[in-house]
Amino acid sequence: MSRKMTGAKMIVEALKDQGVDTVFGYPGGAVLPIYDEIFQQNDIKHILVRHEQGAVHMAEGYARSTGKPGVVLVTSGPGATNAVTGLTDALLDSIPLIVLSGQVPTFLVGTDGFQEADTIGITRPCTKHNWLVKDPATLAQTIHQAFHVATSGRPGPVLIDIPKDVQFAEAEYVGPKQIPPSPYQPKKKGDIDAITRLAELMEKAERPIFYTGGGVINSGPAASQLLVELAEATGFPITSTLMGLGAYPASGQKWLGMLGMHGTYEANLAMHGCDLMIAVGARFDDRITGRVADFSPGSVKAQIDIDPSSINKIIHVDLPIQGDVGHVLEDLLKIWKSRGRKTNAEAVRKWWAQIEQWKATNCLAYTNSDSIIKPQHALERLEALTKDRDRYITTEVGQHQMWAAQFLHFDQPNRWMTSGGLGTMGYGLPASVGVQVAHPDALVINVAGDASWLMNMQEMGTAVQFRAPVKQFILNNERLGMVRQWQQLLHGERYSQSWSESLPDFVKLAEAFGCKGRQVSDPAELDDAIREMIDHDGPFILDVLVEKHENCFPMIPSGKPHNEMLLSPEAGAFTGGGALV
Amino acid sequence: MVLNIQQGATSHSAYDLRDPNAQIEERHTLAVLVENEPGVLARVIGLFSGRGYNIDSLTVAETDHEGHRSRITIVTRGTPSVIVQIKAQLGRIVPVHEVHDLTTEGPSVERELGLFKVSGTGDHRVEALRIAEIFRANVVDSTLKSFVFEITGTPEKLDAFADLMRPLGLSDQARTGVAALARGA
Ligand SMILES: Cc1ncc(C[n+]2csc(CCOP(=O)(O)OP(=O)(O)O)c2C)c(N)n1
Ligand SMILES: [Mg+2]
Repeated sequence: MSRKMTGAKMIVEALKDQGVDTVFGYPGGAVLPIYDEIFQQNDIKHILVRHEQGAVHMAEGYARSTGKPGVVLVTSGPGATNAVTGLTDALLDSIPLIVLSGQVPTFLVGTDGFQEADTIGITRPCTKHNWLVKDPATLAQTIHQAFHVATSGRPGPVLIDIPKDVQFAEAEYVGPKQIPPSPYQPKKKGDIDAITRLAELMEKAERPIFYTGGGVINSGPAASQLLVELAEATGFPITSTLMGLGAYPASGQKWLGMLGMHGTYEANLAMHGCDLMIAVGARFDDRITGRVADFSPGSVKAQIDIDPSSINKIIHVDLPIQGDVGHVLEDLLKIWKSRGRKTNAEAVRKWWAQIEQWKATNCLAYTNSDSIIKPQHALERLEALTKDRDRYITTEVGQHQMWAAQFLHFDQPNRWMTSGGLGTMGYGLPASVGVQVAHPDALVINVAGDASWLMNMQEMGTAVQFRAPVKQFILNNERLGMVRQWQQLLHGERYSQSWSESLPDFVKLAEAFGCKGRQVSDPAELDDAIREMIDHDGPFILDVLVEKHENCFPMIPSGKPHNEMLLSPEAGAFTGGGALV
Repeated sequence: MVLNIQQGATSHSAYDLRDPNAQIEERHTLAVLVENEPGVLARVIGLFSGRGYNIDSLTVAETDHEGHRSRITIVTRGTPSVIVQIKAQLGRIVPVHEVHDLTTEGPSVERELGLFKVSGTGDHRVEALRIAEIFRANVVDSTLKSFVFEITGTPEKLDAFADLMRPLGLSDQARTGVAALARGA
């Protein structure tokens, strides 16, 4: 059967064949034929955003909470340039996205046509790959190929730029099964000899640690399950980057908390003092390593990663294993079991005794107050009142993000969405809408800062329009809190441009958007306010007025090693390393 | 380029600005086999500029018309760990099929073609011709006041030829950049 159709129809067909149920987008002249096709079907839901950056972050939230790629549709020129921040965010956090952009007709390309931008040139460094489709006969195949590239190997965003005349032109449609296999086939299985070598190192290790990251989550739920099994079976301690939270449950016995710049004392000192570091889907980002020359000086390092360019990039690794985390962990567990499940139990017990001492520092301690809400307390109450629910958390960027990572606990993967690599203020609100669209009945909360939230607040309109009952939990310190903290600790208390003047009234803003809002400043009313937010049937903005000058500890200033961490004055006595502020 | 950053200055920065593993730089010749599709060269060049890698020389041409393959030969410089990164980053580009390091994968041959214009009269002209003969350069254009020499060889040979021609009236030159292949079957 011949399936001749227009390019625009082909796009919709290809998306359906790829199992897409939702597209986040915004129309414009260069994509009108595609919108015309979207109008004439019911299989794919279109979420009309208020700004294209919002569309991309929504698609990221959708992708991270479902494990499926997110799909975005934008027009040429400004539509495409507005998508750039989201693309970069998705690239740095390895989130699979397919972005379709309209382009001026092929005969106008290169003439500075109306709403023409060199989208391919602009997005080349912020996508995993991109394509300009000039021939309608290759359009369907390109879309199928794009899904393959976005989701295979290390996932990432891809973009397809489609001139308007290609959308009108007719050609033969090809389905995903009719195209030749893509030459892009990243290797999934790790080298068995190297994995065996790792098992040997694990048997002898005296002070081992698992250092895990977003790669575990990207590898799929099975990888997280295998990681749990491995940590429980070996009894080795485990820490994670910001991106990897939830892969190993925070309620698990072996959990040390997050590591890195605002990680726990025990996690960072264990990384510093270990003799075997097993990096699993983590890439030694500079927020993790601190001063590279002093990073975990006495350890043998093994690294499991699907992307060879992540191996040996920052830190020299003694045992690299290139492969998909899930595949490698499966083999590792098999080999380790077949060799008799040996560990150096006596030494590992001593190692745990040391770790328990570090834990006793109680590094997340803070002084609570009954007159003013402490941000940490607000998050502890949020945790207590929501932890038993079907809950997803997104965040903006700043102190609140780090406190959320410290005080909220995740026992499952795909429940925690935060902008890690790029640190994009304005990520959380649209991401929460994307998560909610994918999980209509779940409780979706965006833990926000006052400043970040304003960056994409227009997406509240999207939440209201599509009845996405997202909860905006704003920790309002009337400050660019993280900037203020750095200025206090590292720039002589010169607070240059770091407070929020003329903040809007968030409750009135909620009303203006057609949803509900509440402000809370009295610690005694906090629980009631959180309950009202959760119970309200619709989007809700909770403006939590918190202590304005709270600092986020522990903190490793850039360029310092892990054992020169700054601790809060409330943290208890500690042994070795560290300095009190 | 090395920035002069005072010790201690970076304690105020959100980044550690000192290069953690500055070592001796090596020169490597890489052969990159790519899908011959629009933009692939831009991706490769963009990788080098975006990540701050060096390009000493770069040549590109289609080598397999049927198979849509082109070969990019890049001469680059970097510390050993940077060279490893460059190869891994190149390998990550979707239309890149193979990356070969001709410097480490066994013996290889490198050749470059150069055109050199030498303008002059009298003794200089005679001397230029004599040297060209020693270098086995061909005269591909001549006027009463100038020659254009064509010479093929390693980049070092072309450099040496240019050095000798300079005092004899070297007025213009064009070089192709390095093409390289592994030796043997
Ligand atoms: C788009 C963007 N611009 C600037 C920054 C730098 N930055 C990091 S945190 C921060 C302050 C965030 O303030 P707020 O959202 O109120 O969070 P708080 O730290 O107060 O919790 C700034 C400006 C950023 N991360 N992203
Ligand atoms: Mg703030």
